Amino acid sequence: MPKTIFEKIWDNHIVYFEKEGSNDGPSLVYIDRHLLHEVTSPQAFDGLRLNGRRVRRPDLTFATMDHNVPTSNRSLPIVDQISRTQIQALAQNCKEFGITLFDFNNPNQGIVHVIGPEMGITLPGTTIVCGDSHTSTHGALGTLAFGIGTSEVEHVLATQCLWMYKPKTFAITITGKCKNPHAITAKDVILSIIKRIGTAGGTGTIIEYKGEMITDLSIEQRMTICNMSIEAGARAGLIVPDQKAFDYIRGRTYTPKGEQFEKMVDYWRENLITDANAKFERDITLNVNDLVPQVSWGTNPSMVIDVTDTIPYPDDFANGNENERKAALRALEYMALKPATPITDVQIDRVFIGSCTNSRLDDLLEASLVVKGRKVSCKVRAMVVPGSQQVKIEAERLGLDKVFKDAGFEWRESGCSMCLGMNSDILGPGERCASTSNRNFEGRQGSGGRTHLVSPVMAAAAAIEGHFVDVRKWL
Amino acid sequence: MEPFKVIKSKVTPLDISNVDTDQIIPKQFLKLIQRTGFGKYLFYDWRFDRDGNPKRKFVLNDPKYTGRQILLARDNFGSGSSREHAVWAIQDYGFKAIIAQSFADIFYINCFKVGLLPVSLRSEEIEYLFRNTDLNIEIDLFNQQVTIGAIITHFKIDEYRKKALLQGLDEIDVTLQLESKIAEYEKKNKVIAPYTDKP
Repeated sequence: MPKTIFEKIWDNHIVYFEKEGSNDGPSLVYIDRHLLHEVTSPQAFDGLRLNGRRVRRPDLTFATMDHNVPTSNRSLPIVDQISRTQIQALAQNCKEFGITLFDFNNPNQGIVHVIGPEMGITLPGTTIVCGDSHTSTHGALGTLAFGIGTSEVEHVLATQCLWMYKPKTFAITITGKCKNPHAITAKDVILSIIKRIGTAGGTGTIIEYKGEMITDLSIEQRMTICNMSIEAGARAGLIVPDQKAFDYIRGRTYTPKGEQFEKMVDYWRENLITDANAKFERDITLNVNDLVPQVSWGTNPSMVIDVTDTIPYPDDFANGNENERKAALRALEYMALKPATPITDVQIDRVFIGSCTNSRLDDLLEASLVVKGRKVSCKVRAMVVPGSQQVKIEAERLGLDKVFKDAGFEWRESGCSMCLGMNSDILGPGERCASTSNRNFEGRQGSGGRTHLVSPVMAAAAAIEGHFVDVRKWL
Repeated sequence: MEPFKVIKSKVTPLDISNVDTDQIIPKQFLKLIQRTGFGKYLFYDWRFDRDGNPKRKFVLNDPKYTGRQILLARDNFGSGSSREHAVWAIQDYGFKAIIAQSFADIFYINCFKVGLLPVSLRSEEIEYLFRNTDLNIEIDLFNQQVTIGAIITHFKIDEYRKKALLQGLDEIDVTLQLESKIAEYEKKNKVIAPYTDKP
């Protein structure tokens, strides 16, 4: 029977099936790589200690500190005492249980979803979990990767397995070519998908992104797309790995080397494909020929419009759905926006370029093209937070730090930073931000803060002008 | 985990769709390293103003709803972040079940891990509940049945999850009994692709 790539990876990882021969019981699924960070792991380690359990495979477990680390000078102590306690707890837990940790001062520290692929921990055909919903990012390399809660973190630590119900398959085929690939990015593609299918559109499914447009994207751009699968409700996004993926992985710290690597590539090439006649339980197609830059206006990632559009009326947004109409009314009030206002008239106070969605070298390079030789508006405070120390080092080697700093951007140390504002990088009440992150929920970037999701080039252009602009005119 | 018992209560209605886990438990409370005590921070930014005073209009601050054990919500409840702190907060506040039209995937799974019951009902039943928030409700997990005043309706739940809740099973214990199967998988898998080798 023809199978999708997801079904092949799934079948390869079944340790035990609760009800042989039927599809409705849970399966015990083997986890090849477990990533940890400081926020969702301490209670899991406490659980292990309480029950006298060990970590079954510390050699397949990797940890870093990203969510609440400061992005200011790393040589200074962490001022926030509660953050410091949480960071110290992770260090102690890793030491006690023998887990590799890329700590605060490690040259490989960074956002867990940036450093996994960067160090070759993420490999095609593997299963990866992390106590973080954006684990879906790793699917860009043909990895079945998804976020889990803390109880499941504890379960994986103790058993290296997870009980799961087989998700449904959902194909999103993206056809056509963006007219201006520098101005219309992977971020615009995924925002337009979420606008179309909604924040629950992918619930219960694993999305496979396919089509010529996906093949044309770089690995880092594919990560942006897979990253936001969870904003459409899907736990994971997947892309069949191709030569670009194998080239990306080759030679990284934890990637198999030499002949072993070549053997694995042969195996991946032959096995990690979706068969021609494989059936998906759901299937949609999106053509990007006429796609334009996207901007979110509301308080969830489906509330998105074209940069050429005006803020919608609740009735137009809701399309007859009363719950959605009420949601739009709430969102307009929270965001302090009036229907029919052109989005390009909306003034901003802050710009954040960073997060596991858009903080890789590609993202910073593209944004720097917009910034070069220009100045940040005097009304705006703008920051760039590279996704990892390695991204930061590489960007500095290319002189990007200078481009951003000369324009008036802050150039900071790596971490999750203002994507969720667990450190001191937060919006003040009422502040409005053009952000390259993934969630525009109420208060996400700081209590009372207002977030507009955009691509790195759109964020960069907004920083210069002090309001949203159609970046196609600049690139 | 405590075995799950029949719940008899009225509902606390939260008439908002797509409630994300950032609203259920805002980020500033995720720095705590214990599992308990999150109830006082539940829906913090909706419940309290910037000075920490209760906002009158928010449903949890209405004394009428004090002590109710069932949270009533709309569609896609618990979307966004995977933070299990969200279910800890709901449970610690005193809720034992959530009735909603639908739930986000990770939140739904997290509920079962701590013994909080998520019940999905049809949209017309949800509408009826929102119009009649003072009816006595009984949730009987064993019979997969919700009694709303004089109306009886049934809900779907996976058998394995139901058993785990009713018996208060420790999932890790269950899995550890399958150790030989896990070890066998690791041995076999090395031949296919050496993912389970130390990287």
